[in-house]
Amino acid sequence: METASRRMLFDVTVWTASLFMTLVLVTREAMAGSSTFTATHPKWEAECGTCHIAYPPQLLPAPSWRRVMSGLDKHFGTDAGLDARTAAEIGVFLEQNAASGKRALAAPDTLRITETAWFQREHRKVPEAIWKHPAVKTRANCVACHTAAEQGDYRERNIRMPR
Amino acid sequence: MHTMGSVVGLWVAVSLGYAAWPASAATPVEIQRGFEAAAREGNPGFAGFSAQRGEQFFKAKHSNDWSCASCHTANPLAPGKHATTAKDITPLAPSANPQRFTDAAKVDKWFKRNCNDVLGRLCTAQEKGDVLEYLTSLKK
Ligand code: HEC
Ligand code: HEC
Ligand code: HEC
Repeated sequence: METASRRMLFDVTVWTASLFMTLVLVTREAMAGSSTFTATHPKWEAECGTCHIAYPPQLLPAPSWRRVMSGLDKHFGTDAGLDARTAAEIGVFLEQNAASGKRALAAPDTLRITETAWFQREHRKVPEAIWKHPAVKTRANCVACHTAAEQGDYRERNIRMPR
Repeated sequence: MHTMGSVVGLWVAVSLGYAAWPASAATPVEIQRGFEAAAREGNPGFAGFSAQRGEQFFKAKHSNDWSCASCHTANPLAPGKHATTAKDITPLAPSANPQRFTDAAKVDKWFKRNCNDVLGRLCTAQEKGDVLEYLTSLKK
């Protein structure tokens, strides 16, 4: 009797603990957001993926995308101008798939993914020297380290730092 | 029955043809003709395009820090690299990259953007024709 009830107490504890751990993991994943992005649109791929990779819409909040799309003629020091119809179509796609949760916490005038709080937190351990590496050149060059970024995959297993 | 078959066959062939053909398919020669017509319109003394002038234009720095060669390299038969983002760019010379200068809308779009970046203004029809003359003169 003694051992049986002890056993049951043990079972219940283990069971509750594992349920708790699972919940923690699941919510952490949901809060941090996934790191694989599959939403796609042919015009977005064609027009936003020529000068750099097409940055996933999930990485910037909707107000930021709206600002990016309203200033394409003067786009980070370059002319990325588009006809109004194509720009509007891409804008809808970007805003519909824009960041939610923690990644949406950005000042409304943020234009760069690399200036958002989540980006800086995720990359705080990347040494300064790596950002200046000739194969990286700019923080916006995600593929330099995220080898599968063109497929929208930013998972840790596909990160290779240039050396 | 027989004619029905050929009609369906023809229909399928035509639809496939349309699907495979880009919306504004053109050749570098046709695009050059467009530049020539525009150059004549703007300048009654138009005296043709020059590959040599095009090469100078392509390699020279204008008002800004960039030249065309900053991203497309001084050898347009070779792949280039975007000067800011480091992204690869496929070769610009049609003999090295048959996709180039086959879509008039795409050509217009990039001339507008890149001329704005490099010169701070649009390129003239003369300048565009000279550049195209230079690029088509390059043989692999
Ligand atoms: C003509 C070239 C060109 C095109 C086309 C282009 N961009 Fe850019 N983009 C750039 C350059 C150059 C930068 C600055 C990169 C840097 O500073 O390292 C940039 C940066 C960005 C950034 C900020 C990256 C960061 O630092 O976080 C975003 C967001 C962006 N582009 C979105 C877009 C979208 C959306 C489109 C399509 C509508 C697009 N771009 C099309 C050239 C282009
Ligand atoms: C110099 C290399 C480098 C560049 C460039 C870079 N990253 Fe990262 N990124 C990393 C590293 C390393 C981590 C993992 C950080 C850690 O776990 O400490 C990371 C983590 C991430 C994560 C979280 C992944 C996960 O599963 O937790 C995302 C999302 C991400 N980066 C997006 C981007 C985007 C978008 C860009 C371009 C705008 C970019 N990164 C540019 C190195 C880089
Ligand atoms: C800042 C980088 C950069 C500079 C400088 C630059 N280009 Fe480009 N250019 C690009 C990119 C990126 C593309 C599109 C990439 C692609 O189609 O593979 C492109 C495409 C083109 C095309 C489209 C051709 C076609 O049919 O596909 C032409 C024409 C062109 N550039 C001409 C020029 C000329 C002329 C100059 C100088 C006035 C110039 N470029 C300067 C980056 C640049």
